[in-house]
Formats: sequence, structure tokens, C-alpha cells
Amino acid sequence: MFEFVVSHYNYWAYVGLMMIGFYAMMAKRNLIKKIIGMNIFQSAIILFYISTSVKKGGVTVPILEHAHGGHGAHHAVNIMQYANPLPHVLMLTAIVVMVATLGVAVAVCIMIYRRYNTLEEDEIIMSIKRG
Amino acid sequence: MIAQIPILIVVIPLISSLFCPLIGLWRRGLCYLWAIVALALCALASVNTLFAVIANGTIHYRLGGWAPPFGIEYVVDHLSAMMLVIVSVISLIVAVYSKRTVEQELPGRVVYFYTVFLLQVTGFLGIVITGDLFNLYVFLEIGSLAGYALIAIGEDGAPLATFRYIVMGTIGACFYLLGVGYIYISTGSLNMADVQQLLPQLYDSRVILTAIAFLLAGLAVKMALFPVHVWLPDAYTKAPSATSALIAPLMTKISLYVMIRVLFTVFKPHLSIELLPITDIMVWAGFVAILVGGIMALAQTDFKRMLCYVVVAEVGYIVGGVGLANTIAIKGAVLHILNDAVMTVGLFTVAGIIMYKTKSHNISDFHGLFKKMPFTMFAFVVGALSIIGVPPTCGFFSKWYLIQGAVIAEHWAFLIALLLSSLISVVLFFRVIEIGYVFQASHGGNAHATGHTATIDEAPLSMLIPTIAIALSIILIGVYNQAILSNIIAFAVPRL
Repeated sequence: MFEFVVSHYNYWAYVGLMMIGFYAMMAKRNLIKKIIGMNIFQSAIILFYISTSVKKGGVTVPILEHAHGGHGAHHAVNIMQYANPLPHVLMLTAIVVMVATLGVAVAVCIMIYRRYNTLEEDEIIMSIKRG
Repeated sequence: MIAQIPILIVVIPLISSLFCPLIGLWRRGLCYLWAIVALALCALASVNTLFAVIANGTIHYRLGGWAPPFGIEYVVDHLSAMMLVIVSVISLIVAVYSKRTVEQELPGRVVYFYTVFLLQVTGFLGIVITGDLFNLYVFLEIGSLAGYALIAIGEDGAPLATFRYIVMGTIGACFYLLGVGYIYISTGSLNMADVQQLLPQLYDSRVILTAIAFLLAGLAVKMALFPVHVWLPDAYTKAPSATSALIAPLMTKISLYVMIRVLFTVFKPHLSIELLPITDIMVWAGFVAILVGGIMALAQTDFKRMLCYVVVAEVGYIVGGVGLANTIAIKGAVLHILNDAVMTVGLFTVAGIIMYKTKSHNISDFHGLFKKMPFTMFAFVVGALSIIGVPPTCGFFSKWYLIQGAVIAEHWAFLIALLLSSLISVVLFFRVIEIGYVFQASHGGNAHATGHTATIDEAPLSMLIPTIAIALSIILIGVYNQAILSNIIAFAVPRL
């Protein structure tokens, strides 16, 4: 059991990070803290995807060897030598999406701050109720 | 050129959204026309695709000529062709309708409104047309992000409602992404058709169970299924009228479409229905959503908020209908996606007109509206009758198929929920009709309403014509529902 936990530490880290982010999004009353939680949550997913592409035993990135017509460009490609590039590419796209989400969330926070002069959720709700 | 039409459906609104701010720099007023031309072209392409699909069957389009599963593939089958037409035609109608209400509610932000509007439509269309799981996530986020922006510019309280929607929506999208990740690590593929072929050997794997749980949980947030609907009423009530007319009918329906795709295309119906108790849970989720949505709608004094809870209940219809898992119920659920999109857009356009004229969406300000705007209220009554389920409006037929499906599945609780929901809708809408018809404006309750009564008359034609068109199409879809069923939906339902 202990061996299993240690050998998959990156997956445990992803679950832990995700729970921390989830807690911050749900329980924190400050909007910026919620945004930070959202970022931790999303980063955990990046960690998960990148973990799935790793192979043990000195693997490298596909473009480092046998590429760009260098010596040995005509060798057959042995996939066991390379980390899976696809999750990395997917995560590049996901990072772009997450940055856009962060941007929109912060922009909405600015709108809220200009209107209510606070970023505490309770105080905002109070001032909406007061009309 | 004809072969490129599937990609044009997505590319036209995307490119025109990029050019919209540039055109706005030159002539502000042109943005409206530009959006309409783009969406009209898009609607033409979608209708053309629908007829092509009806004539020749599923269309596969390879992006950049890369063969699937390595490249991204766009797949248009009967279900997605129908959804493409729903999205593009409704967004065209809302765009035509939006001119006056955007000028009134969002002065000085017209250019950006239409830019984001087109981006939103791009997201919706992309979700529907793509045959790739990760591509779907990207489009889901394009649609959601544009939606956040469109809602945040609404009335007081909209930014906070939007912020909550962002938090919930991000959780939903991230769960979907995680589910896709689990599918990818167990199959090595992201193409839906390919995944369907590769998965059956793995159906007893725990990774796949986790994947399907994450996918459905994420989509439940996006489709506002009870109890994760809490973001919806606030966000759609406080959004500008044109935004809620666009997003309220489409966003939830698109997520329901994705749910049907995941259940029956990515996984085989065999897994979703027989091996796992997913569909049983879905029927009960739908049951609770219908009842809670209806009861919460009864408690509202705000017209738009009431409609939002009606949307929550309608989501329950479709989730429950799919969960009944027999051919007639799923047919009814798919037909209800079409019907509910049309009914909801009809009611929200009416809410927008009333907001435009009376500056309020509170039901108590509706006094004497039937006399002052008879055509608008005609559209409202048609929409209301359709939600209640009175023939020959379209709402009756999908409800009828759902009831038949519930009888075949012998799921009496869901049947009772369907019938109760009709009764609740009767109370709900006749309350509004009573206030609008019986009470005269001179007796109007609060000073706010009476202050405006002198100026309230029929809506401008640019708003009225789209609204009446929707009301007529509610009746037409009802009358021709057999043609729609036998030509389109019969092929969209999986063989069970």
C-alpha cells in the first residue's frame, strides 16, 4: 500500500491540490481567494495530464533526437524513448483557456469592486439588499 | 465549396466576430447589420447541411485533411444537424430582435455586445458540430466565457451573479476535462467514434467509471440540473434582455445535447443503460428537478426569474426522458430539446419587450398589458400554452411522447411529475395572464408602474416581428411534429 502511494505521488498530489482548490472555491468568502482556488483547481488538472504522459527510464522529448534532418533522421522511431507529447499539447490549449477564464473572472471582480467598493461576498450581498 | 460547408458554419461567426470591433471603429451602426448577415449565412449553411444529412446521411469533415483519430473530425449526423439549425436560427432571430433593447440597455457598448454575441454563437455551434472530445471542451469554454461577458454587463447585481456562474461553470468544465483525461489514458484516443470502438473491452474498468462520473457531473453543472442549478436563476434574471433571450434557451440545451452524445456516442447505450444504473439516477434527478423547478417558479414575483425556474424544470424533463431509456421517451426528450429551445426563446423575447417598454420584469407591473400590447401578449400566451402542453402547440407533443415513454418504462413517479408540472404551469401562467388581462392600468399597484403607463404601447416592429415569428413557429412545429420526428429524430435516437 505504502509503495503504491509513493510510486504514484504525482497523482496523489493532483488529488490533494484539486481538493485544496475546490475547498477555496466553495468555502472562502473573498472573491480573490475564490479565484486563487480556481487556479489551483485548474493547475491540478494540468499536473494530472502531464503525469499521464511520463514514462520511466530516461525518456526525452520527441524533437530532441532524430529530428530536423540531423544525423540518424531516418531511424525508425521507438515510441518507448519518448514521453507522450499529446497531453502536453492539450494542456497548452487548456492553459490558454484557463488564462482567459482568469482574465474574465478578474475583470468581473473589478466591476464588482467599482460598484460595491468591496470584494467580500457577505458585504456585497448586504449592499445589494440595502439597494 | 459545397464540401466545405460544415466548417463554414463555425468559421463564419468566428471570423465575423473578429472583424466586428474593426467595423465598429468605422461605423457603430453597421455592427448590427454585420452580425445579422453573418448569422443569416450561418443559418443558411446549417439548413443546407440539415437537408444534406437527411438526403445522404452523416457528413464527416476532416480538418486540414488529417484522417481521424489523429486529426480533428467534424461529424454532422441527424442529431447535430438538428441542433445546428436550432442554434443558428434562434441566434439569428435574437440578433434581429436585439437592436432596440441593446441600444436602450447597453448604450455605448453595442459594438462589443455583437462581437461577444457572435463569439458565443461560435462556441455553441462548435460544441454541436465537433466529433472530438477535447475540441468540445475548447468550444464549451469559448461559449461559456462569452456567456460570462454577456451576462456581466446586465443590471445591478449581475457581476456578482456572473462571478458565481464563473466559479460553478469552471468546476463543470474542469470535471468534463478530467473525464476526457481518464478516457484518453485508457484508450489513447480523443475521437468520439474511435473511443466508442476502443472502449467496450474496458467497460468493467474503474477508470472508465470515474470518467463517466466526471463527464456527467461536469455536464450537470453546465446544464443546471437540480441541485447544481443555483447559478442559473440569478445569472439569467440579471442579464440584459437580449443576452437572456440568447443564452437561456441555448446554453442548457447544448449541454443536454453533449450529455446525449456522451451517453450514446462516446459510450454505447449498452453501457449507459444496462451495465450501470446511470439512467435510473437520471430519471430521479429529472423527477426532482421538475418538481423543485415548478414549485420555485410558483414562489417568484419576478417574471424573468420565474422563467428561469421553468427552464430548470424543463431540463428535468429532458434528463428524465433520456433516463427512461426507451425509444419513445428518448424521441420525446430530443423533440423536447427543439421545442423547449423555441418556447424559452419566445418567452424571454416577450420578457425583453416588456422590459423595454415598462423598464421592469416584475409581474406586478404587468397590469393591463393585454390591452396595450396585444401582439406581444399573443406571443406570450402561445409560449405559455406550449409550456403547459396544450395542443396544437409543440410542447404538447414532446410531453405526450415523454408520458408514453414513462408508461412503457412503468415509471409512475416520473409520470406524476410530468402531469403535476403541467398543473403547476397552468397556475403559473394564468396568474400572469390574470394580472395582465383583468386588472386595469389605472388600478396599477405601485407608482413606478403608473409613471410609465402613459407611454406603454405596442413594441417596435424590429422586436415584434421576431417574437411573433417564434410564436408561429411554436404552433408550426407542433403541427408538423410528425415530419420532424420521422425525418430527423428517428435517426438521432440510438438503437436500443
